Amino acid sequence: MGNLKEELKAKIIETLNLEDLSVADIADDDALFGDGLGLDSIDALELIVLMDKDYGIRLADPKEGRAIFTSIQTMADYIEANRTK
Amino acid sequence: MNKEFYIESSISICNNKVISEGKELFGSDSKDFSTFSKEVYKHFGTNYPKFFKMDNLSKLAFLGAEILLKSQKLNESDNDIALVLANRSSSLDTDYKYQQSISDKENYYPSPAVFVYTLPNICIGEISIRHKLYSENSFFIFEAFNPEFLTGYSEYLLKSGKSKKVLWGWVEYFQQEYKAFMCLISENGTQKHNIETIKKLYTE
Repeated sequence: MGNLKEELKAKIIETLNLEDLSVADIADDDALFGDGLGLDSIDALELIVLMDKDYGIRLADPKEGRAIFTSIQTMADYIEANRTK
Repeated sequence: MNKEFYIESSISICNNKVISEGKELFGSDSKDFSTFSKEVYKHFGTNYPKFFKMDNLSKLAFLGAEILLKSQKLNESDNDIALVLANRSSSLDTDYKYQQSISDKENYYPSPAVFVYTLPNICIGEISIRHKLYSENSFFIFEAFNPEFLTGYSEYLLKSGKSKKVLWGWVEYFQQEYKAFMCLISENGTQKHNIETIKKLYTE
C-alpha cells in the first residue's frame, strides 16, 4: 500500500504538471481539491483517465469520484480494492 | 477628426529571445520551447502554477501578456483592456498532439487536459483569467501577419469606446516554431500606432 501511495503521488505530479510539487510535499491525507493541492475539474477528468489507463478501473458514475479522489489515501484504498491491472 | 493612438509598449518572443522595443530582456540557448518558456517564466518572477498545464500556444501568449502587463500594475477598476490575437496555425500543434493520443484504438485514452486546448482562443481565456479582464476579445486566423487588419480592428475598439486600451498581437506556434509579437495601445504613449511602426517593431 505504501508503494502504491508513493506511485500515485508521482503519477499525479507528472500527469497534472504540478511542477512546483514533489512527492515529499504531498501527505497521504492532503485534500486533492479545494484548499489542498488545488486541483480543478479538468484534473478530475485526468484522474478518471489515470484510474482506467493504469489500474483498469472504470468509474461508471462520475459522482463516485468525489469520495474516491478525496486524498491519496482514499484513492489508494479504492485502487487496492478494485484494480484489474 | 481622426483620433491618434499610441503604442504604450510592445514585446517580441522568438528565437529563444524576449525583446522589447529593440532591447533584449532575456535570451537563452535552450533547445526546445518547453525549456525556454520555463526559463522565461522564472526569469520574470512569475508565480502562476497553472502555467505548467497550458499548451505551448497558450504559454507563448501568456508570457507575452504577462511581461507587457506587468508594468501596468492593474487593478479591477482600470483593467479595461480588450484582447485581439491572431496567428496562422490556429491550435494545430495541440490538435495534432490530441489526434495522436487517440489514434491507437487498443490504447484509447483521450486526455481532457490536452483536449481543452484544441481551440486557439483558449490562450485569450488564460490571459483574461490571469489579469481579471472581462473585456472584448477576438482571435483571428490569417495566412500571414496582417498588421493592416489588426491595427484597424484594434483602433476601432478604442474609437467605439469598447475599451480604453487594446492588447493585440500575433502569437504563432507550430511544432517548435514560434513567434509572438504583442503591443499595448491606447491614447497615451510616445510611439504612434501605425502600420509602419508596427512592421518595424515586428521585425526587430
